[in-house]
Amino acid sequence: MEKFNILEGIAAPMPLINIDTDMLIPKQFLKTIKRTGLGENLFFEMRYDQNGNEIKDFILNKDHYSKASIIVGGANFGCGSSREHAPWALKDFGIKCIISTSFADIFFNNCFKNGILPIIVSEDLHQILLQDAEMETTSIMKIDLKNQKIVRNNGDQLDFEVDEFKKYCLLNGLDDIGLTLKSADKISSFEKEYSDKFSWS
Amino acid sequence: MKIMAKSRTLYDKIWDNHLIQSENDTSLIYIDRHLVHEVTSPQAFEGLREAGRKVRAPEKTIAVPDHNVATTSDRLTNFGSEEGRIQLETLDKNARDFGIHYYAVDDIRQGIVHIIGPEQGWTLPGMTIVCGDSHTATHGAFGALAHGIGTSEVEHVLATQTLIQQKSKNMKVEVSGELGNGVTAKDITLTIIGKTGTAGGTGHVIEYCGNAIESLSMEGRMTVCNMAIEGGARAGLIAPDQKTIDYVKGRPNSPEGEKWDKAVKFWKTLFSDPDAYFDKEIFLKAEDIAPVVTWGTSPEDVLPITDFVPSPDNFQGSKVEAAKRSLEYMGLRPGQKLQDIEVDAVFIGSCTNGRIEDLREVEKIVKGKKVKSGIKAMVVPGSGLVKKQAEEEGIANSLKEAGFDWRMPGCSMCLAMNPDQLLPEERCAATSNRNFEGRQGRGGRTHLMSPAMAAAAAITGRLTDVRDI
Repeated sequence: MEKFNILEGIAAPMPLINIDTDMLIPKQFLKTIKRTGLGENLFFEMRYDQNGNEIKDFILNKDHYSKASIIVGGANFGCGSSREHAPWALKDFGIKCIISTSFADIFFNNCFKNGILPIIVSEDLHQILLQDAEMETTSIMKIDLKNQKIVRNNGDQLDFEVDEFKKYCLLNGLDDIGLTLKSADKISSFEKEYSDKFSWS
Repeated sequence: MKIMAKSRTLYDKIWDNHLIQSENDTSLIYIDRHLVHEVTSPQAFEGLREAGRKVRAPEKTIAVPDHNVATTSDRLTNFGSEEGRIQLETLDKNARDFGIHYYAVDDIRQGIVHIIGPEQGWTLPGMTIVCGDSHTATHGAFGALAHGIGTSEVEHVLATQTLIQQKSKNMKVEVSGELGNGVTAKDITLTIIGKTGTAGGTGHVIEYCGNAIESLSMEGRMTVCNMAIEGGARAGLIAPDQKTIDYVKGRPNSPEGEKWDKAVKFWKTLFSDPDAYFDKEIFLKAEDIAPVVTWGTSPEDVLPITDFVPSPDNFQGSKVEAAKRSLEYMGLRPGQKLQDIEVDAVFIGSCTNGRIEDLREVEKIVKGKKVKSGIKAMVVPGSGLVKKQAEEEGIANSLKEAGFDWRMPGCSMCLAMNPDQLLPEERCAATSNRNFEGRQGRGGRTHLMSPAMAAAAAITGRLTDVRDI
């Protein structure tokens, strides 16, 4: 996995609440057996009309925001199905960070596994960042994961929280499976004890 | 740490039994059952191959195709799309290469993964169960900790039989009293989501309790737990009781003999201690729950069928814009009577409501009646065995005579990955779990409800109060 350290880029405002994974990537694109190539279909139904033409008003179709690497999104971002195709599509499009007041549980985890940093902020901070994102001139932000800071275009630094283990994995681009397999002996001894006790499982 | 405290919730107990190690807030937990389907697994198996890894516990891993499969009788040769065919063939190959349990499309036991888990006795109380599918919460009806995971986690479980997790908070939803006429498990679960919102359970595992929950059959309990995810929770749980034990007994993969006795003894310890701590508690009276439908594009947009389409002005904050958008998408006006809304299609099935009891409910409503002309009404049994049972009980015949299309098992129009889809602006009374924009086909309009309510809508051609039928 690619390491995440400092990200500087354009933030696109998407204040709509309950942006679900069907919106992020509709079902017809889940038939793939690969992780790549989904970016062009990100937000498919909001982004293209029935004839496949780009809908000009949609934020990520606007010239400036089509290069966004951050989304400032509405509450309960990523609700719905467990499809990891949603973060794959975001990543493939170039989104590396999402800022919201809340995220759906599975989507939140899926982001970290793909080098995307989801950041939870307070309502107040969210409003400030949404306003920043809405103006092209202030929409460029810096995300400093190591120091846990969002740096606004005016230089203001805002703190954010992140789970220590997830941060460590992102900063170092670590693969979870490799880490877990370091505890292989522990898993084996647990498994033995467990199957003695719960022989039916 | 709270987990070692004396009084524990059911979730705490299952968690403690499966905890391998814990550091700060990050824990490694052991997984008893891993369910796999064709859509969220190909990349995980590919990852194993690339790293030269094996499936650690193939005997605990169960695969079945369900999302993509066609529900027409020619489905062994007609896949709907070339990509769909490749995905199904990929699961077939992966299952055989890695030696995991597998129910192929032509196996009568094939069906929706969350229906066949319990049916085949893979799902047992006190277990940890995961699947690359958010509706894994269904299995919580047995007092198992069951939840959806992403594909990276699928690969992690395949390789290690463990999952890296942070412990959730405990939430209790208690429903007490007696359910009124026409009120079902689906109405309970939708009403709860209507009350708590789609983010109400975020960060929590919900335990459903109270005598109204206890009174439900196992099928009904599965319907309730199935939609815990729509309430934002990681999982839903119901403590096992005699009904649970009776359901599990004698299933193909249930324990037998001495193992069975030992298991039952253990299962009887699976309940929340009387003074266990819950971070959040919600109380509902069964008498206050009516047959409900959804009017918008979020599962929290729930109202009793006797109500009216709301105005965006009734809401606050960011929900105002969301409600406006929903009404426009749904083609509805504020103040419209819900019962005046005409439908074009009816879909009965899914992991929420594709079990035998659901089909019996539908039969009760439609027997001797006809589906209103012009309505596309489809019934998709949740598994081959549900289908067979419904055929043996005469349900299939009643439904076919009424004008329903009787299909082969699969996820079908719940998520419309296969050819079963709504056309733009087509309106559907559906027993599934999500009414998101485009969920059942681009531009399609979904109203969620119980099987009985969907059956009533098929007869009248509009959203209907089942108590009037």
